[in-house]
Amino acid sequence: MNKPIRNLAIACLALFAALLLNVNYVQFVEADSLNSKNGNRRVIDEEFSRDRGSILVDGDPVAESVKSGDQYEYQRKYAEPGLYAPLTGFFSYIYGGASIERSQNAVLSGSDNRLFVNRVVDLLSNAQPKGGSVELTINSAAQKTAASGLEALGKNTKGAVVALDPRTGAILASVTQPSYDPNRLASHDLNKVEAAWKELTGDKDQPMINRGTQQILPPGSTFKLVTAAAALKNLKLDPDSKVKGGTTLDFGGRAGSYTLGNENGSNCGGNSITFEQALNVSCNVSFGSLADKIGQDKLDAQAELFGFGRDYLEGLPGSSSRFTAEGTDLDVAQLAQSGIGQYEVAASPLQMAMVAAGIANDGVVMKPYVVKTVREPNLQVLEKAEPEAISDTPAMSAADSAKLRQMMVSTVERGTATSARISGVDVGAKTGTAQSTEDRPPYAWFVALAPADNPTVAVAVLVESSDTARNEIAGGRLAGPIARSVIEAVLEK
Amino acid sequence: MSSGLGSSPAWVPRKRRGAELVLLSMSVVIGIAAYCAVGLGVEGRIPAGVAKLSFSLAAVAVATHLVIRKVAPYADPVLIPLVVALNGLGLAMIYRIDLSCEDYCLGGNYEPLANAQLMWTAIGLIAFATVLIVIRDHRRLQAYTFTFGLAAIVLLLLPLIPGIGQDIRGAKIWIRLGPFSFQPGEAAKICLAIFFAGYLVVKRDALALAGRRIAGIDLPRGRDLGPILVGWGISILILVAQKDLGSSLLFFGLFVVMLYIATERPGWLVVGGVLFAAGSYFGYVAFGHVRNRFDVWLHPFSDPDNNGQIINGLFGLAHGGILGRGWGLGSPELTPFSFSDFIASAFGEELGLTGIMAILVIYGLIVERGLRIALTCRDAFGKLLAAGLAVSMALQVFVVIGGVTRLIPLTGLTTPFLAQGGSSIVMNWAIIALLLRISDQTRRPAPEVSSFESDEATQVVKL
Repeated sequence: MNKPIRNLAIACLALFAALLLNVNYVQFVEADSLNSKNGNRRVIDEEFSRDRGSILVDGDPVAESVKSGDQYEYQRKYAEPGLYAPLTGFFSYIYGGASIERSQNAVLSGSDNRLFVNRVVDLLSNAQPKGGSVELTINSAAQKTAASGLEALGKNTKGAVVALDPRTGAILASVTQPSYDPNRLASHDLNKVEAAWKELTGDKDQPMINRGTQQILPPGSTFKLVTAAAALKNLKLDPDSKVKGGTTLDFGGRAGSYTLGNENGSNCGGNSITFEQALNVSCNVSFGSLADKIGQDKLDAQAELFGFGRDYLEGLPGSSSRFTAEGTDLDVAQLAQSGIGQYEVAASPLQMAMVAAGIANDGVVMKPYVVKTVREPNLQVLEKAEPEAISDTPAMSAADSAKLRQMMVSTVERGTATSARISGVDVGAKTGTAQSTEDRPPYAWFVALAPADNPTVAVAVLVESSDTARNEIAGGRLAGPIARSVIEAVLEK
Repeated sequence: MSSGLGSSPAWVPRKRRGAELVLLSMSVVIGIAAYCAVGLGVEGRIPAGVAKLSFSLAAVAVATHLVIRKVAPYADPVLIPLVVALNGLGLAMIYRIDLSCEDYCLGGNYEPLANAQLMWTAIGLIAFATVLIVIRDHRRLQAYTFTFGLAAIVLLLLPLIPGIGQDIRGAKIWIRLGPFSFQPGEAAKICLAIFFAGYLVVKRDALALAGRRIAGIDLPRGRDLGPILVGWGISILILVAQKDLGSSLLFFGLFVVMLYIATERPGWLVVGGVLFAAGSYFGYVAFGHVRNRFDVWLHPFSDPDNNGQIINGLFGLAHGGILGRGWGLGSPELTPFSFSDFIASAFGEELGLTGIMAILVIYGLIVERGLRIALTCRDAFGKLLAAGLAVSMALQVFVVIGGVTRLIPLTGLTTPFLAQGGSSIVMNWAIIALLLRISDQTRRPAPEVSSFESDEATQVVKL
């Protein structure tokens, strides 16, 4: 009977080998993925009681962990909660994290592989492990100016401002209103946290949404910049080329009885006007007819080159903007409406800032980013952002972008965007007042770049709704001054 | 004038009781150190009960050692230190979970378990000593083959009797007598092993007759399939009536393995394998809870609310990582039943991959010693019994730790010597006693038939 016993001994060895291999798999190979699973209380407890790294803006912490003296040892504190909430996000025991707190969690909590050596040193010296810090690209002056600009329109104003450095894609300001206080979610009083969460998620104004990156709305006339770029490229226009003007566009009967008219029934200054004039007065007839000539495919391609159709921003929640809904085949009227930023066109303020930034940066659209550097606990730089273009193909040629910038400057000087004028600086801009449904006020848009000869800032402002009376709403009037003050803040004027 | 020189006729095994004592004291130190580390980890000080526990463990060790020295002096010297180490670690872990669980577990109804476990350990030792003292020769058990078979069936049926049977977490494997809960399946396992051994020793020649040869394997004759079918049927019955997947699997596995050893025919493994596959398929199709176990195994994260136990067990293991959080520094209380079914994950969390691998190696060594005893045993009954007990230990560890670490679907079996639970600890001590008894019989020098060989005077007259 010894042979079967020997065989069984081998079989038992195999069973134990399988158990040993499997625990190695679970505790070594699979451990990282298990540790990062949702609802893993052990990891949450541990991270929650750790000296988490700071989120820095201009060298000052906007989120930091301070000693709390209770069971979790550290309390997360947000210095200017409403102002930076859309960027920092929150760090909560119950609800995890959002935005940078979530996307940079590995560094902030110190569990990032690049901090391995630090962890070993901490382990050997029996010190509390510390997280690394994350420095944002935000310009605090621009950020504050943008927020106070929206606030000045009234407490009920909903809107967003995004400013970019067109040369790099660095986000200089990103403000959303209404915002929220992440301190309420980071509290160690879990009942209060739960109540705050219920209140914030139940609020119909959605204060936890970043309207600058997550919400896409019809960009209205600001989209004419995209149409203009496509016209410069595909129709070989110049600013002084003649385009169709007049009060209405009738499509020569191709759209039945439908005609596209101008805002307030104006005639744009004549039946044949210059391309520059068309942008200055934001002539729907001109751009509707240009869109018709360019065609859906080329206009769509132009939008895509500016970043439509994809969410390029990493580390913050975002939505991709769109020219048409998936698979839509536009008829002639719809194409004309799309050319002036209506019908199914929808863009986030970040996307419209990228359009301005592309025009500003000689046609090259840079990938937006918000993390400037990632640092070790001792502030040594671990990783530095490396600016890159969103695509190898520029959105437009340098020559075309110079022409479009000139047209935008003229729009500020003598067109609809005079509210963005800054003495001594050439500002280029475009307004937009997008109609939505009859029962809600139109969206006021404003996109701008400056200085026009060598732009260092591109900005998009969206005022979604405010206390302003309906007939007073216009991109130039509501959003323009905010864009101007943000530009002034960045240029330190 | 050395009378021993040249006069020893054969190899005389050494008793190695001294070596055993050294190993045993190391095991006791492991247990006491673990207990102190728990106190330091959870409360920052050495627990107040350290004197009591040290004394108990030392007393246990000394008592065990003395009993073995007295009644089984040739028994295997490694088994007891291994088992005492496991038992000590288990006590420390249960005490550790007590400290964290008091307000947290079972909806606040948690009662500390460490003292009861210590008491059960003492009862286990009494059982151990009783078995060693009462059964002086394991072959005498063979005379009671069918008594043990009957006892096994009665024990298995007990939980189904209304009044004393209890349904705990869906499985009817418990009985309650007054204040005591007991899992008769643990005792049934030993009875079955003895029954199978006694039965197969007698029947093995008939069962070894080959029938047809297919693909190089001799399959048994059709008419000999009776016993294995009965064993299979009983396993399925356990599965149906008690919803106890683990025991069902263990009993059937034990039977097939012992059948294979007795007959030396791998064909029985094939037949057993086929029946097992059929049973598994039948269970999967017929029973929601079997299907559910399978689905949980394959996709634990698809339903975090209902699969919290296995998910938390895995989280604990992952959080432990390679070196573990350290005694008292993890959160095993987050895993439901981390003191019993999921104690392996508690060890993985606090002692890490290193610790759980050490524990697995200890189990592996226990199984290896058991199989070694079976190999060296001179009588067929002892061989079968020792091999059966060793393999059942291996199967049980594989099924329960494999289930907790998601190697195989989870089934409810206890982790020998570690998990909280009186019946398990008592019966496992009894198993060790049986193994030691067989080992003592095996290693004991053969009784001298006559004394004249050692009489030097007679040897002189050699021609």
